[in-house]
Amino acid sequence: MSEFKQTFNSSLGKKLIMALTGLFLCTFLIVHLGGNLLLFKDDQGFAFNSYANFLTHFPPIEVIAYILYISIIVHAVYALVLTIKNRRARPVGYAVQPKSDASWSSKNMGLLGSILLLFIVIHMSDFWFVYKYDHVLKFKEYRTDLATNVTTVGEYVPQVAEFERSISTENNVEIVRVKDIHARVQESFSKLWYVAFYVIAMGAVAFHLLHGFQSAFRTLGWVHRKYQPIVYFFGTWFFGVIIPLGFAAMPVVYFIQSLSK
Amino acid sequence: MNLTLKVWRQKNSQTAGKFVTYKAEGISEDMSFLEMLDVVNESLTKKNDEPIYFDHDCREGICGSCSLYINGHPHGPKKAITTCQLHMRTFKDGETITIEPWRSAAFPVIKDLGTDRSAFDRIQQAGGFISVNTGGAQDANAILIPKVVADEAFNSATCIGCGACVAACKNASAMLFVSAKITQLGLLPQGQPERYSRVQAMVAQMDEEGFGNCTNTGACEAECPKEITLTNIARMNNDFFSAKLFREEGVHDHVGGE
Repeated sequence: MSEFKQTFNSSLGKKLIMALTGLFLCTFLIVHLGGNLLLFKDDQGFAFNSYANFLTHFPPIEVIAYILYISIIVHAVYALVLTIKNRRARPVGYAVQPKSDASWSSKNMGLLGSILLLFIVIHMSDFWFVYKYDHVLKFKEYRTDLATNVTTVGEYVPQVAEFERSISTENNVEIVRVKDIHARVQESFSKLWYVAFYVIAMGAVAFHLLHGFQSAFRTLGWVHRKYQPIVYFFGTWFFGVIIPLGFAAMPVVYFIQSLSK
Repeated sequence: MNLTLKVWRQKNSQTAGKFVTYKAEGISEDMSFLEMLDVVNESLTKKNDEPIYFDHDCREGICGSCSLYINGHPHGPKKAITTCQLHMRTFKDGETITIEPWRSAAFPVIKDLGTDRSAFDRIQQAGGFISVNTGGAQDANAILIPKVVADEAFNSATCIGCGACVAACKNASAMLFVSAKITQLGLLPQGQPERYSRVQAMVAQMDEEGFGNCTNTGACEAECPKEITLTNIARMNNDFFSAKLFREEGVHDHVGGE
């Protein structure tokens, strides 16, 4: 077995892979939340649809996207492998429930992670797959008068089935025709059970990262008295509170908006 | 005080075990937990029953022999003590106490509450030492060590190798023990020559013994009778990745004593 293979097959090596993929997924969440905050812009989805269009048509993003998909799969597979190994390390369990002092989230990372994997599958099949491979989304046409900066919105029916997007300018009017994923978001988030599922999943994100973020630093061996409080603060308030709250606000706000329609 | 004990009885490593209930009567609350078991064993012996087997030696909390998983806690419910230091006043009169052996594939039950912890010895033998030449002892102050570093190393060195960390861990991981043994030498100048080969050899042996993988829950740190901290595990990880990814030491480039 080569040196590197041996390194990554060791217990610490597998943990290193978990930590690195986990932290990469954490950084993705920041970008994902940042972009999706455009949903809160009251412009009939112009900014959000343009952003979705940019993500799917800018090649470097595609490369990172594939690294992201691989990270999700590797993180899940290694979690499974490590869990099986850990179960084998204690074939006979205790009769009394262990009462050792450890946080709830740290003891339930597998459960939280399973909820998240289910969520990711549903989330991606509803938005990512539909956007990229399913030709069910309608198109919107945004006409912006560049002199007055006033945007008007209309439906756009493509002439050919393969139509992707178009951006053109005529007579000082910018015409942007893009897939209307915003309508899909509005429709999905008008269903109560769907919103509830999203909110529960974001609760799982909160608890998963509450333990996961600081745990990754421990696994990497980056524990230092000076920086450890910063890691804990960031992991608790940013990844454990702000990010999940930001994401959960999207389905909730859209659901409330759908009630008044 | 009178107590009900639910004790794991197992004839040997080959046979299956089961819980047997015993009455412990007339127990003084000043007794240690092991003395209480001595009293129970005395009565069992008088009745011509097989006494309960449990590991013990120094009975003052420094040898690491005693174990026992008591009511969901290794070494009982109190912090920073071993089972021999646990007093019966910790329990209420009439309480039912469940006593189990350490549960780990790497610690097979020998008999009743005693487990074979030689896996720890093999990990130590893989690299938990420093190689020094025999001859006249060096002057103790020839190598200066900052007080904070010496204190940290000493904190790690207080590990008695009882295995409570493995027993407490939901993954039955031995990483607190192994990391304490790596850190106590890794922090000191005398440990430097073998620092990066040591961490590789000891981690390799730990994996071979079939312990689980740490998920940083901190249960080990909470249950450790010597309060070894989780920071040791991070130090081990750091040394291991440093050795594997950035250094050129092989795994077994030193074999002790040869």
